[in-house]
Amino acid sequence: MIRSDVKLDTLGYFCPMPIIMTSKKIKELTLGQVLEVVSDDEGIKKDMPAWCETTGHEMVGLEEETKDAELIYKAFVKKSK
Amino acid sequence: MGSTKLEPAVALAELQESKPDRVTIVVLSGDFDRVMAAFIIATGAAAMGMQVTMFFTFWGLNVIRREGATSGAKDLLRRMFGLLNKGGAGRLPLSRFHFGGLGTSMMKRVMNRSRMPGIAELRETAQDLGVKFIACTTTMGMMGVTKDTLIEGVDQLAGVSTYLAEARQGNVNLFI
Repeated sequence: MIRSDVKLDTLGYFCPMPIIMTSKKIKELTLGQVLEVVSDDEGIKKDMPAWCETTGHEMVGLEEETKDAELIYKAFVKKSK
Repeated sequence: MGSTKLEPAVALAELQESKPDRVTIVVLSGDFDRVMAAFIIATGAAAMGMQVTMFFTFWGLNVIRREGATSGAKDLLRRMFGLLNKGGAGRLPLSRFHFGGLGTSMMKRVMNRSRMPGIAELRETAQDLGVKFIACTTTMGMMGVTKDTLIEGVDQLAGVSTYLAEARQGNVNLFI
């Protein structure tokens, strides 16, 4: 289990919304805080690391879990700049 | 005098801040699906910290025309063209399966149900994220699209040199 400071629910949203919501939300965090982005879009598994690599934030990890028989993804992003 | 040593991650971030990746997208098409792809790329790139410019030309101009605005062109031919070629983000047809509007409205219903943003919402998001909109003056003239019928927030009216000046610095240049 990865610890997070702020949670962002993007369930039901498709690309590019989770990334756009993340880029807006991360501004509210302070340096070093971890944002947990919850999504049911499988694309986030690749998109979030790519977003982190480009923007300079740190991808701490990704967790998968089953909710109502559907896979959901939790991406953990550490604000690094 | 102590020198300040930068962490690699910070140095990279600073570099990106000062010299961000540039993306240019020429939107020639006025098809719902193509325009949607253009906006998804544009908003995605902007969210990744890239500097994005969209050039609207030919049918793509319909994307940045106000809904229901008629042409203010002076001569009859162009005014008629502007009238027949109705603009507005909500009027774009699918490139396939439009079926006189039936196919497109079905697609919109499906998108709505799954909370996918439409063209107008994506366009607004793009503007919020600082994507620059440029309208091509030559084709505006050709197609009877006058300045007063464009949406708010079109940053420039310009031509090919402006596009090329931006594109030569671009890392990603797309023509849609």
